[in-house]
Amino acid sequence: MNILFFGSLREQLGMAELALPNSNASTVGQLRQELQQSHPDWHIPLSDNNVLFAVNKTMADETSPIASGDEIAFFPPVTGG
Amino acid sequence: MISISVQTTDFDIGAEYAKLQTTDTQTGGIAIFTGQVRDNPDQPLAYMRLEHYPGMTESSLRKTAEQAAERWPVKQICVIHRIGDLKPGEQIVFVGVSSAHREAAFAACEYIMDILKTTAPFWKKEQPLNGDGSWVDAKTSDSTRAQRWQK
Repeated sequence: MNILFFGSLREQLGMAELALPNSNASTVGQLRQELQQSHPDWHIPLSDNNVLFAVNKTMADETSPIASGDEIAFFPPVTGG
Repeated sequence: MISISVQTTDFDIGAEYAKLQTTDTQTGGIAIFTGQVRDNPDQPLAYMRLEHYPGMTESSLRKTAEQAAERWPVKQICVIHRIGDLKPGEQIVFVGVSSAHREAAFAACEYIMDILKTTAPFWKKEQPLNGDGSWVDAKTSDSTRAQRWQK
């Protein structure tokens, strides 16, 4: 799966995109835990209750299922308009 | 008919209005909202940078417009949102809705703006003339406005 980060979260993590071909995560919540374990310095920014998720460009939540080949995005609350 | 555009270039309100007028003689009202970059009085801006999630932005805006078209009897909807670096006073967003009567046009236009503000994946970063840039925080008042539309 391919992971994308946007906005202030992208800056905090110092990364815009990450390929995870061997992830075992089957939900967005599990993926978040996996990323926090593999990148300890990401633990706090990714724990923020305001962080939003999208799976394949559709809004999702922690329980949303994910599979190999999916595009999963993490981002802060949106501020367009 | 729904038209969605995410673009770096500016838009011409007169041209967009003319498209909404159409030749449909049953159109009786057109509501338009435009948003522009507001300067920060405490720390004057060089520009506002608008980042987005390509692909998701367009589908999110389209879904919001489709929801508005299901909810109110509208004729045409046009949503334009700019990205990139925009100076104070520059136009950011355009929402235009045509309908037989004003109620639907006003309501759908306001609905689209309120839902766009809380769901479309855009992020603003203020770059002041002097000093470091800072990300704009989401406002509770925007969430409250969006929640009003929940049935």
